[in-house]
Amino acid sequence: MTAPWTVAQKILAAHGVQDLTPGAFGLARVDLVMTNDVSGSVALREFEKIGARRVFDPSRVALFADHFAPAKDVRSAQLVGRLRRFAREQGIEQYWEAGSTPNGGIEHTVLAEEGLIAPGDFIPGGDSHSCTYGAFGAFGTGVGSTDIAAALALGELWVRVPQTIRVEYRGTAGPQVTGKDLILAYLAQSGVAGGTYAALEFAGPPIDATSIDERMALCNMAVEAGAKTGIVPADATTLAWLADKVTGRPLEPVLPDEGASYAGRAQIDLDGMRPLVARPPSPADVVPVDTVDRVRVDQVYVGNCANGTMTDLRQLCEVLGGRRVARGTRLIVVPASQRVYRQALKEGLLEQIVEAGGAISMPTCGACFGGHMGILDAGEVAVATTNRNFRGRMGHADSAVYLANAYVAGAAAVSGELVDPAEVMA
Amino acid sequence: MSDVITGRAVVLGDDVNTDNIIPGPYLNITDPEELGRHLLETYDAAVGAAVAPGDILVGGRNFGMGSSREQAQVAIMARGVQAIVAGSFARIFLRNCINVGLAVAESPEAVAAIADGDELRIDFTAGTITRGDDTWTIPPRPPFVGEILEAGGLVGWAQERLRRTSSTQGRR
Repeated sequence: MTAPWTVAQKILAAHGVQDLTPGAFGLARVDLVMTNDVSGSVALREFEKIGARRVFDPSRVALFADHFAPAKDVRSAQLVGRLRRFAREQGIEQYWEAGSTPNGGIEHTVLAEEGLIAPGDFIPGGDSHSCTYGAFGAFGTGVGSTDIAAALALGELWVRVPQTIRVEYRGTAGPQVTGKDLILAYLAQSGVAGGTYAALEFAGPPIDATSIDERMALCNMAVEAGAKTGIVPADATTLAWLADKVTGRPLEPVLPDEGASYAGRAQIDLDGMRPLVARPPSPADVVPVDTVDRVRVDQVYVGNCANGTMTDLRQLCEVLGGRRVARGTRLIVVPASQRVYRQALKEGLLEQIVEAGGAISMPTCGACFGGHMGILDAGEVAVATTNRNFRGRMGHADSAVYLANAYVAGAAAVSGELVDPAEVMA
Repeated sequence: MSDVITGRAVVLGDDVNTDNIIPGPYLNITDPEELGRHLLETYDAAVGAAVAPGDILVGGRNFGMGSSREQAQVAIMARGVQAIVAGSFARIFLRNCINVGLAVAESPEAVAAIADGDELRIDFTAGTITRGDDTWTIPPRPPFVGEILEAGGLVGWAQERLRRTSSTQGRR
Protein backbone atom coordinates (compact mmCIF):
# COMPACT_ATOMS: atom_id res chain seq x y z
CA MET A 1 0.00 0.00 0.00
CA THR A 2 1.40 3.38 -0.91
CA ALA A 3 0.40 7.02 -0.37
CA PRO A 4 -2.02 8.85 -0.47
CA TRP A 5 -2.65 8.54 3.26
CA THR A 6 -5.33 9.45 5.77
CA VAL A 7 -4.51 11.77 8.70
CA ALA A 8 -4.16 8.82 11.09
CA GLN A 9 -1.70 7.07 8.78
CA LYS A 10 0.37 10.23 8.29
CA ILE A 11 0.61 10.84 12.02
CA LEU A 12 1.69 7.26 12.72
CA ALA A 13 4.24 7.43 9.89
CA ALA A 14 5.70 10.61 11.39
CA HIS A 15 6.12 8.73 14.68
CA GLY A 16 8.11 5.85 13.26
CA VAL A 17 5.49 3.35 12.12
CA GLN A 18 6.78 1.81 8.90
CA ASP A 19 4.03 -0.42 7.55
CA LEU A 20 0.90 1.75 7.26
CA THR A 21 -1.37 -0.99 5.96
CA PRO A 22 -4.49 -1.11 8.13
CA GLY A 23 -4.09 -4.06 10.49
CA ALA A 24 -0.27 -3.95 10.44
CA PHE A 25 1.57 -3.77 13.76
CA GLY A 26 4.26 -1.28 14.61
CA LEU A 27 5.84 0.86 17.30
CA ALA A 28 5.01 4.54 17.52
CA ARG A 29 7.05 7.16 19.38
CA VAL A 30 4.80 9.19 21.64
CA ASP A 31 4.76 12.96 22.04
CA LEU A 32 3.15 12.83 25.45
CA VAL A 33 1.84 10.18 27.85
CA MET A 34 -1.15 11.05 30.02
CA THR A 35 -2.44 9.18 33.03
CA ASN A 36 -4.71 9.92 35.98
CA ASP A 37 -5.41 8.79 39.54
CA VAL A 38 -7.44 5.76 38.35
CA SER A 39 -5.32 4.38 35.49
CA GLY A 40 -2.16 5.65 37.15
CA SER A 41 -2.70 3.55 40.27
CA VAL A 42 -2.24 0.38 38.20
CA ALA A 43 0.25 1.91 35.73
CA LEU A 44 2.75 2.94 38.41
CA ARG A 45 2.68 -0.59 39.84
CA GLU A 46 3.38 -2.05 36.38
CA PHE A 47 6.08 0.59 35.75
CA GLU A 48 7.88 -0.70 38.83
CA LYS A 49 7.57 -4.27 37.57
CA ILE A 50 9.19 -3.27 34.28
CA GLY A 51 12.13 -2.15 36.37
CA ALA A 52 12.50 1.24 34.73
CA ARG A 53 13.89 3.71 37.21
CA ARG A 54 13.15 6.87 35.24
CA VAL A 55 10.39 7.83 32.83
CA PHE A 56 11.58 8.20 29.23
CA ASP A 57 11.27 12.00 29.35
CA PRO A 58 9.74 13.84 32.30
CA SER A 59 8.75 16.76 30.07
CA ARG A 60 6.58 14.43 27.99
CA VAL A 61 4.46 13.04 30.81
CA ALA A 62 1.27 14.59 32.17
CA LEU A 63 -0.43 13.41 35.34
CA PHE A 64 -3.92 14.38 36.45
CA ALA A 65 -5.65 13.96 39.77
CA ASP A 66 -9.22 14.29 38.55
CA HIS A 67 -11.27 11.10 38.86
CA PHE A 68 -11.48 10.74 42.62
CA ALA A 69 -10.13 14.23 43.27
CA PRO A 70 -10.71 16.18 45.35
CA ALA A 71 -10.22 12.94 47.26
CA LYS A 72 -13.54 11.64 48.50
CA ASP A 73 -12.09 9.19 51.02
CA VAL A 74 -8.81 7.80 52.31
CA ARG A 75 -8.45 5.28 49.50
CA SER A 76 -8.86 8.00 46.91
CA ALA A 77 -6.41 10.22 48.77
CA GLN A 78 -3.88 7.39 48.54
CA LEU A 79 -4.32 7.12 44.77
CA VAL A 80 -3.83 10.84 44.37
CA GLY A 81 -0.93 10.86 46.82
CA ARG A 82 0.86 8.17 44.86
CA LEU A 83 0.52 10.14 41.64
CA ARG A 84 1.75 13.33 43.31
CA ARG A 85 4.82 11.58 44.77
CA PHE A 86 5.62 10.00 41.41
CA ALA A 87 5.53 13.43 39.78
CA ARG A 88 7.93 14.79 42.39
CA GLU A 89 10.33 11.82 42.29
CA GLN A 90 10.47 11.78 38.50
CA GLY A 91 10.66 15.55 38.03
CA ILE A 92 7.40 15.63 36.09
CA GLU A 93 6.22 19.23 35.95
CA GLN A 94 2.93 18.50 34.20
CA TYR A 95 1.12 17.41 37.35
CA TRP A 96 -2.35 18.93 37.66
CA GLU A 97 -4.57 18.91 40.70
CA ALA A 98 -7.28 21.47 41.25
CA GLY A 99 -6.54 23.50 44.36
CA SER A 100 -2.79 23.03 44.25
CA THR A 101 -1.89 23.99 40.69
CA PRO A 102 -2.75 27.12 38.67
CA ASN A 103 -5.15 25.20 36.49
CA GLY A 104 -6.49 21.75 37.31
CA GLY A 105 -9.58 19.76 36.56
CA ILE A 106 -10.51 17.28 33.89
CA GLU A 107 -7.47 15.93 32.08
CA HIS A 108 -8.47 16.31 28.44
CA THR A 109 -9.69 19.88 28.87
CA VAL A 110 -6.67 20.96 30.90
CA LEU A 111 -4.14 19.36 28.50
CA ALA A 112 -5.64 21.39 25.67
CA GLU A 113 -5.82 24.63 27.65
CA GLU A 114 -2.21 24.26 28.75
CA GLY A 115 -1.01 24.02 25.16
CA LEU A 116 0.18 20.43 25.46
CA ILE A 117 -1.62 19.21 22.34
CA ALA A 118 -0.76 20.29 18.79
CA PRO A 119 -1.84 19.08 15.35
CA GLY A 120 -0.03 15.91 14.31
CA ASP A 121 0.81 14.82 17.88
CA PHE A 122 0.50 11.19 18.90
CA ILE A 123 -0.74 10.99 22.49
CA PRO A 124 -1.82 7.82 24.27
CA GLY A 125 -3.81 8.45 27.42
CA GLY A 126 -4.81 6.22 30.28
CA ASP A 127 -8.44 7.14 29.74
CA SER A 128 -10.67 5.97 26.93
CA HIS A 129 -11.70 9.53 26.09
CA SER A 130 -8.15 10.49 25.11
CA CYS A 131 -9.55 10.48 21.56
CA THR A 132 -10.69 14.02 22.47
CA TYR A 133 -7.30 15.30 21.20
CA GLY A 134 -8.58 14.78 17.67
CA ALA A 135 -10.29 18.15 18.12
CA PHE A 136 -6.81 19.64 17.57
CA GLY A 137 -5.88 17.49 14.59
CA ALA A 138 -3.87 15.20 16.87
CA PHE A 139 -4.04 11.41 17.23
CA GLY A 140 -5.16 10.77 20.80
CA THR A 141 -6.05 7.27 21.84
CA GLY A 142 -7.17 5.61 25.03
CA VAL A 143 -5.14 2.70 26.36
CA GLY A 144 -4.91 0.71 29.57
CA SER A 145 -2.54 0.99 32.51
CA THR A 146 0.06 -1.52 31.34
CA ASP A 147 0.33 0.32 28.02
CA ILE A 148 0.87 3.52 29.99
CA ALA A 149 3.53 1.85 32.10
CA ALA A 150 5.42 0.66 29.01
CA ALA A 151 5.04 4.05 27.32
CA LEU A 152 6.37 5.79 30.45
CA ALA A 153 9.41 3.51 30.37
CA LEU A 154 10.08 3.44 26.64
CA GLY A 155 8.41 6.47 25.08
CA GLU A 156 6.71 4.17 22.59
CA LEU A 157 3.40 2.43 22.18
CA TRP A 158 2.66 -0.68 20.11
CA VAL A 159 -0.02 0.06 17.58
CA ARG A 160 -2.18 -1.79 15.13
CA VAL A 161 -2.62 0.61 12.22
CA PRO A 162 -6.31 1.54 12.03
CA GLN A 163 -8.41 1.76 8.91
CA THR A 164 -10.07 5.16 8.55
CA ILE A 165 -13.76 5.92 8.24
CA ARG A 166 -14.55 9.30 6.73
CA VAL A 167 -17.58 10.84 8.46
CA GLU A 168 -19.03 13.59 6.28
CA TYR A 169 -21.64 16.06 7.47
CA ARG A 170 -23.80 18.31 5.33
CA GLY A 171 -26.90 20.46 5.59
CA THR A 172 -28.09 22.92 8.19
CA ALA A 173 -29.39 21.78 11.55
CA GLY A 174 -32.20 23.43 13.50
CA PRO A 175 -31.60 25.70 16.51
CA GLN A 176 -30.00 24.34 19.73
CA VAL A 177 -28.12 21.66 17.79
CA THR A 178 -24.46 21.47 18.89
CA GLY A 179 -21.27 19.46 18.42
CA LYS A 180 -22.69 16.92 20.86
CA ASP A 181 -25.50 16.21 18.42
CA LEU A 182 -23.06 15.73 15.53
CA ILE A 183 -21.46 12.78 17.29
CA LEU A 184 -24.77 11.42 18.57
CA ALA A 185 -25.99 11.46 14.95
CA TYR A 186 -22.97 9.37 13.95
CA LEU A 187 -23.53 6.97 16.85
CA ALA A 188 -27.15 6.54 15.74
CA GLN A 189 -25.79 5.29 12.39
CA SER A 190 -22.74 3.34 13.52
CA GLY A 191 -23.98 1.77 16.72
CA VAL A 192 -21.57 1.06 19.57
CA ALA A 193 -19.26 -1.09 17.44
CA GLY A 194 -19.45 0.47 13.97
CA GLY A 195 -16.14 2.24 14.37
CA THR A 196 -14.22 -0.58 16.08
CA TYR A 197 -10.45 -0.42 15.35
CA ALA A 198 -11.01 2.59 13.07
CA ALA A 199 -9.87 6.18 13.07
CA LEU A 200 -12.78 8.48 12.31
CA GLU A 201 -11.96 11.50 10.15
CA PHE A 202 -14.67 14.16 10.50
CA ALA A 203 -15.35 16.52 7.59
CA GLY A 204 -17.87 18.71 5.79
CA PRO A 205 -19.09 22.31 6.02
CA PRO A 206 -20.90 21.82 9.37
CA ILE A 207 -17.60 20.59 10.87
CA ASP A 208 -15.72 23.58 9.43
CA ALA A 209 -18.23 25.79 11.25
CA THR A 210 -17.77 24.19 14.67
CA SER A 211 -15.83 25.75 17.53
CA ILE A 212 -13.02 23.94 19.34
CA ASP A 213 -15.33 23.25 22.29
CA GLU A 214 -17.77 21.52 19.95
CA ARG A 215 -14.98 19.56 18.28
CA MET A 216 -13.87 18.31 21.69
CA ALA A 217 -17.41 17.02 22.32
CA LEU A 218 -17.42 15.43 18.87
CA CYS A 219 -14.05 13.67 19.04
CA ASN A 220 -14.54 12.73 22.70
CA MET A 221 -17.28 10.25 21.89
CA ALA A 222 -15.53 8.53 18.95
CA VAL A 223 -14.70 5.76 21.42
CA GLU A 224 -18.42 5.16 22.02
CA ALA A 225 -18.48 3.81 18.44
CA GLY A 226 -15.48 1.63 19.30
CA ALA A 227 -13.04 3.86 17.41
CA LYS A 228 -9.33 4.19 18.20
CA THR A 229 -9.50 7.92 17.61
CA GLY A 230 -11.62 10.63 15.99
CA ILE A 231 -9.91 13.50 14.20
CA VAL A 232 -10.96 16.86 12.83
CA PRO A 233 -8.06 17.79 10.50
CA ALA A 234 -6.57 21.06 11.77
CA ASP A 235 -7.81 24.25 10.09
CA ALA A 236 -7.79 27.99 10.74
CA THR A 237 -10.08 27.52 13.78
CA THR A 238 -7.60 25.05 15.28
CA LEU A 239 -4.58 27.23 14.66
CA ALA A 240 -6.25 30.36 15.99
CA TRP A 241 -7.28 28.57 19.20
CA LEU A 242 -3.84 27.09 19.77
CA ALA A 243 -1.83 30.15 18.72
CA ASP A 244 -1.40 31.65 22.21
CA LYS A 245 -1.26 28.28 24.00
CA VAL A 246 1.28 26.12 22.19
CA THR A 247 4.68 27.73 22.50
CA GLY A 248 8.15 26.75 21.45
CA ARG A 249 7.21 24.66 18.45
CA PRO A 250 5.61 25.32 15.08
CA LEU A 251 1.95 24.48 14.44
CA GLU A 252 1.71 22.37 11.31
CA PRO A 253 -1.62 20.83 10.34
CA VAL A 254 -1.66 17.25 9.09
CA LEU A 255 -4.23 16.96 6.33
CA PRO A 256 -5.54 13.88 4.52
CA ASP A 257 -4.02 13.28 1.08
CA GLU A 258 -6.24 13.66 -1.94
CA GLY A 259 -7.47 10.16 -2.83
CA ALA A 260 -6.61 8.62 0.57
CA SER A 261 -8.08 5.17 1.04
CA TYR A 262 -11.06 4.94 3.40
CA ALA A 263 -12.53 1.72 4.76
CA GLY A 264 -15.92 3.39 4.76
CA ARG A 265 -17.79 6.64 4.46
CA ALA A 266 -20.67 7.80 6.61
CA GLN A 267 -22.88 10.65 5.42
CA ILE A 268 -24.93 12.59 7.87
CA ASP A 269 -27.52 15.08 6.72
CA LEU A 270 -28.29 17.71 9.36
CA ASP A 271 -31.12 19.48 7.51
CA GLY A 272 -33.83 20.37 10.00
CA MET A 273 -32.29 18.18 12.73
CA ARG A 274 -33.44 18.72 16.33
CA PRO A 275 -31.13 18.11 19.31
CA LEU A 276 -30.60 14.40 19.94
CA VAL A 277 -30.78 12.29 23.06
CA ALA A 278 -29.11 8.94 23.81
CA ARG A 279 -31.46 6.76 25.83
CA PRO A 280 -30.13 4.50 28.58
CA PRO A 281 -28.26 2.22 28.66
CA SER A 282 -26.57 2.82 25.28
CA PRO A 283 -24.84 5.93 23.92
CA ALA A 284 -25.95 4.76 20.47
CA ASP A 285 -29.69 4.50 21.20
CA VAL A 286 -30.14 7.98 19.80
CA VAL A 287 -33.45 9.71 19.03
CA PRO A 288 -34.50 13.33 18.40
CA VAL A 289 -35.46 15.08 21.64
CA ASP A 290 -38.88 16.03 20.26
CA THR A 291 -39.81 12.35 19.80
CA VAL A 292 -38.58 10.96 23.10
CA ASP A 293 -40.93 10.12 26.00
CA ARG A 294 -41.38 13.08 28.34
CA VAL A 295 -39.87 11.48 31.44
CA ARG A 296 -39.52 13.15 34.85
CA VAL A 297 -35.94 14.16 35.61
CA ASP A 298 -34.41 13.98 39.09
CA GLN A 299 -30.96 15.28 38.26
CA VAL A 300 -29.40 17.39 35.54
CA TYR A 301 -25.62 17.22 35.23
CA VAL A 302 -23.68 19.64 33.07
CA GLY A 303 -20.00 18.78 33.03
CA ASN A 304 -17.43 16.13 32.03
CA CYS A 305 -14.60 15.90 29.51
CA ALA A 306 -17.04 16.17 26.59
CA ASN A 307 -19.28 19.01 27.65
CA GLY A 308 -18.05 21.03 30.61
CA THR A 309 -16.75 23.90 28.49
CA MET A 310 -17.57 27.61 28.35
CA THR A 311 -19.75 26.86 25.32
CA ASP A 312 -21.81 24.43 27.40
CA LEU A 313 -22.12 26.77 30.37
CA ARG A 314 -23.21 29.63 28.10
CA GLN A 315 -25.79 27.39 26.40
CA LEU A 316 -27.08 26.26 29.77
CA CYS A 317 -27.48 29.86 30.92
CA GLU A 318 -29.24 30.76 27.68
CA VAL A 319 -31.96 28.26 28.59
CA LEU A 320 -32.03 29.19 32.26
CA GLY A 321 -32.50 32.83 31.25
CA GLY A 322 -33.72 33.92 34.68
CA ARG A 323 -35.95 30.84 35.12
CA ARG A 324 -35.64 28.64 38.18
CA VAL A 325 -34.72 24.99 38.45
CA ALA A 326 -37.95 22.95 38.73
CA ARG A 327 -38.99 21.78 42.19
CA GLY A 328 -37.87 18.18 42.71
CA THR A 329 -35.06 18.42 40.18
CA ARG A 330 -31.39 19.02 41.03
CA LEU A 331 -29.02 20.88 38.75
CA ILE A 332 -25.32 20.12 39.22
CA VAL A 333 -22.81 22.03 37.13
CA VAL A 334 -19.16 21.06 36.90
CA PRO A 335 -16.86 23.37 34.92
CA ALA A 336 -14.28 21.13 33.28
CA SER A 337 -11.29 23.12 34.57
CA GLN A 338 -10.35 25.91 36.93
CA ARG A 339 -9.78 28.07 33.85
CA VAL A 340 -13.35 27.46 32.67
CA TYR A 341 -14.54 28.10 36.24
CA ARG A 342 -12.75 31.47 36.42
CA GLN A 343 -14.05 32.54 33.02
CA ALA A 344 -17.61 31.51 33.92
CA LEU A 345 -17.27 33.47 37.14
CA LYS A 346 -16.09 36.52 35.22
CA GLU A 347 -19.00 36.28 32.76
CA GLY A 348 -21.55 35.98 35.56
CA LEU A 349 -22.63 32.51 34.48
CA LEU A 350 -21.99 30.89 37.84
CA GLU A 351 -24.11 33.53 39.53
CA GLN A 352 -26.97 32.86 37.10
CA ILE A 353 -26.76 29.13 37.76
CA VAL A 354 -26.76 29.55 41.53
CA GLU A 355 -29.57 32.11 41.42
CA ALA A 356 -31.60 29.63 39.37
CA GLY A 357 -31.20 27.09 42.18
CA GLY A 358 -28.39 25.04 40.65
CA ALA A 359 -25.25 23.90 42.48
CA ILE A 360 -21.69 24.26 41.23
CA SER A 361 -18.89 21.80 41.89
CA MET A 362 -15.17 22.24 41.51
CA PRO A 363 -13.79 20.54 38.38
CA THR A 364 -13.75 16.74 38.72
CA CYS A 365 -14.72 13.65 36.76
CA GLY A 366 -16.60 12.51 39.90
CA ALA A 367 -20.22 11.78 39.09
CA CYS A 368 -19.78 11.03 35.38
CA PHE A 369 -18.25 7.63 36.10
CA GLY A 370 -20.16 6.96 39.31
CA GLY A 371 -17.32 8.05 41.59
CA HIS A 372 -18.71 10.83 43.78
CA MET A 373 -20.55 14.20 43.84
CA GLY A 374 -23.87 13.41 42.18
CA ILE A 375 -24.56 9.68 42.50
CA LEU A 376 -28.05 8.50 41.53
CA ASP A 377 -30.36 6.37 43.68
CA ALA A 378 -32.51 3.48 42.44
CA GLY A 379 -35.21 4.66 40.07
CA GLU A 380 -33.70 8.10 39.53
CA VAL A 381 -33.42 9.64 36.09
CA ALA A 382 -30.68 12.02 34.99
CA VAL A 383 -30.12 14.13 31.92
CA ALA A 384 -26.37 14.59 31.55
CA THR A 385 -24.00 16.19 29.07
CA THR A 386 -21.61 13.28 29.74
CA ASN A 387 -20.59 10.54 27.32
CA ARG A 388 -21.80 7.25 28.78
CA ASN A 389 -25.16 6.06 30.04
CA PHE A 390 -24.31 2.40 30.72
CA ARG A 391 -26.32 0.59 33.37
CA GLY A 392 -25.33 1.97 36.77
CA ARG A 393 -22.91 4.45 35.22
CA MET A 394 -23.78 7.32 37.58
CA GLY A 395 -24.85 5.27 40.56
CA HIS A 396 -27.47 2.64 41.35
CA ALA A 397 -27.84 -0.12 38.76
CA ASP A 398 -31.51 0.83 38.47
CA SER A 399 -30.95 4.50 37.71
CA ALA A 400 -31.08 5.90 34.17
CA VAL A 401 -28.99 8.48 32.32
CA TYR A 402 -30.02 10.30 29.14
CA LEU A 403 -27.10 11.89 27.27
CA ALA A 404 -27.79 15.25 25.68
CA ASN A 405 -26.38 18.68 24.91
CA ALA A 406 -26.38 21.59 27.35
CA TYR A 407 -29.56 23.15 25.89
CA VAL A 408 -31.49 19.94 26.47
CA ALA A 409 -29.96 19.67 29.94
CA GLY A 410 -31.00 23.24 30.74
CA ALA A 411 -34.54 22.63 29.50
CA ALA A 412 -34.77 19.52 31.69
CA ALA A 413 -33.55 21.54 34.69
CA VAL A 414 -36.21 24.23 34.43
CA SER A 415 -39.10 22.00 33.38
CA GLY A 416 -38.20 18.93 35.43
CA GLU A 417 -38.82 16.83 32.33
CA LEU A 418 -37.01 15.69 29.23
CA VAL A 419 -38.31 18.20 26.67
CA ASP A 420 -37.24 19.93 23.48
CA PRO A 421 -35.40 23.10 24.57
CA ALA A 422 -37.35 24.98 21.89
CA GLU A 423 -40.46 24.56 24.08
CA VAL A 424 -38.78 26.20 27.05
CA MET A 425 -37.04 28.94 25.09
CA ALA A 426 -40.07 29.86 22.96
CA MET B 1 -0.42 -18.52 29.77
CA SER B 2 -1.08 -22.09 28.70
CA ASP B 3 -1.71 -23.00 25.09
CA VAL B 4 -4.53 -25.37 26.00
CA ILE B 5 -7.26 -24.24 28.34
CA THR B 6 -10.25 -26.25 29.53
CA GLY B 7 -13.06 -24.82 31.59
CA ARG B 8 -16.74 -24.22 32.15
CA ALA B 9 -18.53 -21.59 30.04
CA VAL B 10 -20.23 -18.65 31.73
CA VAL B 11 -22.36 -17.15 28.95
CA LEU B 12 -22.92 -13.38 28.80
CA GLY B 13 -24.65 -11.24 26.15
CA ASP B 14 -23.62 -8.66 23.53
CA ASP B 15 -21.97 -5.32 24.34
CA VAL B 16 -20.87 -6.22 27.87
CA ASN B 17 -19.18 -2.98 28.92
CA THR B 18 -16.38 -2.25 31.34
CA ASP B 19 -18.81 -0.58 33.77
CA ASN B 20 -20.67 -3.91 33.81
CA ILE B 21 -17.43 -5.76 34.53
CA ILE B 22 -16.21 -3.45 37.30
CA PRO B 23 -18.35 -0.42 38.21
CA GLY B 24 -16.73 3.01 38.62
CA PRO B 25 -17.15 3.36 42.39
CA TYR B 26 -14.68 0.50 42.90
CA LEU B 27 -11.88 2.04 40.86
CA ASN B 28 -10.18 3.35 43.98
CA ILE B 29 -9.68 -0.23 45.22
CA THR B 30 -6.13 -1.48 44.66
CA ASP B 31 -6.43 -4.99 46.14
CA PRO B 32 -7.15 -7.43 43.26
CA GLU B 33 -9.11 -9.87 45.46
CA GLU B 34 -11.39 -7.11 46.63
CA LEU B 35 -11.91 -5.85 43.07
CA GLY B 36 -12.70 -9.40 41.99
CA ARG B 37 -15.57 -9.62 44.45
CA HIS B 38 -17.45 -6.97 42.45
CA LEU B 39 -17.06 -8.70 39.07
CA LEU B 40 -20.04 -8.17 36.74
CA GLU B 41 -21.98 -6.45 39.52
CA THR B 42 -24.04 -4.15 37.27
CA TYR B 43 -24.29 -6.72 34.48
CA ASP B 44 -25.97 -9.32 36.67
CA ALA B 45 -24.80 -9.61 40.25
CA ALA B 46 -25.94 -13.26 40.48
CA VAL B 47 -23.98 -14.23 37.36
CA GLY B 48 -20.96 -12.38 38.70
CA ALA B 49 -21.17 -14.14 42.05
CA ALA B 50 -21.32 -17.53 40.31
CA VAL B 51 -18.05 -17.11 38.39
CA ALA B 52 -15.62 -19.73 39.73
CA PRO B 53 -11.87 -20.26 39.33
CA GLY B 54 -11.11 -21.97 36.00
CA ASP B 55 -14.21 -20.60 34.24
CA ILE B 56 -14.22 -19.24 30.70
CA LEU B 57 -16.31 -16.12 30.09
CA VAL B 58 -18.26 -16.26 26.82
CA GLY B 59 -19.44 -12.89 25.59
CA GLY B 60 -21.25 -11.91 22.43
CA ARG B 61 -20.39 -9.04 20.13
CA ASN B 62 -18.15 -6.13 21.19
CA PHE B 63 -17.06 -7.56 24.51
CA GLY B 64 -15.51 -5.01 26.87
CA MET B 65 -16.70 -1.82 25.21
CA GLY B 66 -16.23 1.46 27.04
CA SER B 67 -13.54 2.41 29.48
CA SER B 68 -9.79 1.78 29.40
CA ARG B 69 -9.93 0.75 33.07
CA GLU B 70 -7.55 -2.18 33.44
CA GLN B 71 -9.21 -2.90 36.77
CA ALA B 72 -11.61 -4.92 34.56
CA GLN B 73 -8.82 -7.36 33.67
CA VAL B 74 -7.55 -7.32 37.25
CA ALA B 75 -11.02 -8.27 38.55
CA ILE B 76 -11.51 -11.00 35.93
CA MET B 77 -8.11 -12.53 36.63
CA ALA B 78 -8.50 -12.24 40.40
CA ARG B 79 -11.58 -14.46 40.11
CA GLY B 80 -9.52 -17.11 38.36
CA VAL B 81 -11.14 -16.73 34.94
CA GLN B 82 -8.82 -18.46 32.47
CA ALA B 83 -9.98 -17.06 29.16
CA ILE B 84 -12.63 -15.01 27.37
CA VAL B 85 -14.33 -16.19 24.20
CA ALA B 86 -16.34 -13.55 22.35
CA GLY B 87 -17.93 -12.87 19.00
CA SER B 88 -15.78 -9.76 18.85
CA PHE B 89 -13.85 -7.57 21.27
CA ALA B 90 -13.76 -3.84 21.89
CA ARG B 91 -10.39 -2.36 20.97
CA ILE B 92 -8.97 -1.12 24.27
CA PHE B 93 -10.26 -4.14 26.16
CA LEU B 94 -8.53 -6.50 23.72
CA ARG B 95 -5.26 -4.55 24.01
CA ASN B 96 -5.44 -4.77 27.78
CA CYS B 97 -6.01 -8.55 27.66
CA ILE B 98 -2.99 -8.98 25.38
CA ASN B 99 -0.87 -6.72 27.58
CA VAL B 100 -1.67 -8.52 30.83
CA GLY B 101 -1.68 -12.02 29.30
CA LEU B 102 -5.38 -12.80 29.70
CA ALA B 103 -6.27 -15.37 27.02
CA VAL B 104 -8.86 -14.31 24.44
CA ALA B 105 -10.42 -16.14 21.51
CA GLU B 106 -12.72 -14.70 18.87
CA SER B 107 -15.40 -16.87 17.27
CA PRO B 108 -18.94 -15.65 16.57
CA GLU B 109 -19.87 -19.19 15.48
CA ALA B 110 -18.74 -20.77 18.74
CA VAL B 111 -20.46 -18.06 20.76
CA ALA B 112 -23.75 -18.68 18.92
CA ALA B 113 -23.61 -22.38 19.82
CA ILE B 114 -22.16 -22.43 23.34
CA ALA B 115 -24.57 -22.71 26.26
CA ASP B 116 -24.00 -21.75 29.87
CA GLY B 117 -22.17 -24.51 31.73
CA ASP B 118 -20.71 -26.18 28.63
CA GLU B 119 -17.25 -27.66 29.07
CA LEU B 120 -14.90 -25.97 26.60
CA ARG B 121 -11.39 -26.67 25.40
CA ILE B 122 -9.41 -23.91 23.72
CA ASP B 123 -6.25 -24.92 21.89
CA PHE B 124 -4.33 -21.81 20.84
CA THR B 125 -1.67 -23.78 18.97
CA ALA B 126 -4.22 -25.61 16.84
CA GLY B 127 -6.48 -22.51 16.73
CA THR B 128 -9.60 -24.32 17.88
CA ILE B 129 -12.39 -24.21 20.43
CA THR B 130 -14.00 -27.57 21.08
CA ARG B 131 -17.07 -28.71 23.00
CA GLY B 132 -17.57 -32.46 22.83
CA ASP B 133 -17.72 -33.27 19.14
CA ASP B 134 -18.08 -29.64 18.00
CA THR B 135 -15.04 -27.72 16.84
CA TRP B 136 -14.74 -24.07 15.82
CA THR B 137 -11.65 -22.34 14.51
CA ILE B 138 -10.20 -19.14 15.92
CA PRO B 139 -8.03 -16.74 13.92
CA PRO B 140 -4.27 -17.17 14.47
CA ARG B 141 -2.55 -14.67 16.74
CA PRO B 142 -0.67 -11.98 14.84
CA PRO B 143 3.10 -12.53 15.29
CA PHE B 144 3.51 -9.30 17.27
CA VAL B 145 0.83 -10.37 19.74
CA GLY B 146 2.55 -13.75 20.04
CA GLU B 147 5.77 -11.91 20.84
CA ILE B 148 4.13 -10.04 23.72
CA LEU B 149 2.50 -13.19 25.08
CA GLU B 150 5.78 -15.13 24.86
CA ALA B 151 7.45 -12.42 26.93
CA GLY B 152 4.76 -12.99 29.57
CA GLY B 153 2.81 -9.84 28.66
CA LEU B 154 3.77 -6.26 27.95
CA VAL B 155 5.69 -5.88 31.22
CA GLY B 156 8.08 -8.67 30.19
CA TRP B 157 8.25 -7.38 26.63
CA ALA B 158 9.05 -3.85 27.84
CA GLN B 159 11.73 -5.19 30.22
CA GLU B 160 13.48 -6.86 27.30
CA ARG B 161 13.17 -3.80 25.10
CA LEU B 162 14.46 -1.54 27.84
CA ARG B 163 17.49 -3.81 28.28
CA ARG B 164 18.19 -3.78 24.55
CA THR B 165 17.83 -0.01 24.15
CA SER B 166 19.86 0.80 27.26
CA SER B 167 22.68 -1.49 26.16
CA THR B 168 22.88 0.38 22.84
CA GLN B 169 22.23 3.89 24.13
CA GLY B 170 23.69 3.80 27.61
CA ARG B 171 21.63 4.02 30.77
CA ARG B 172 18.48 6.09 30.40
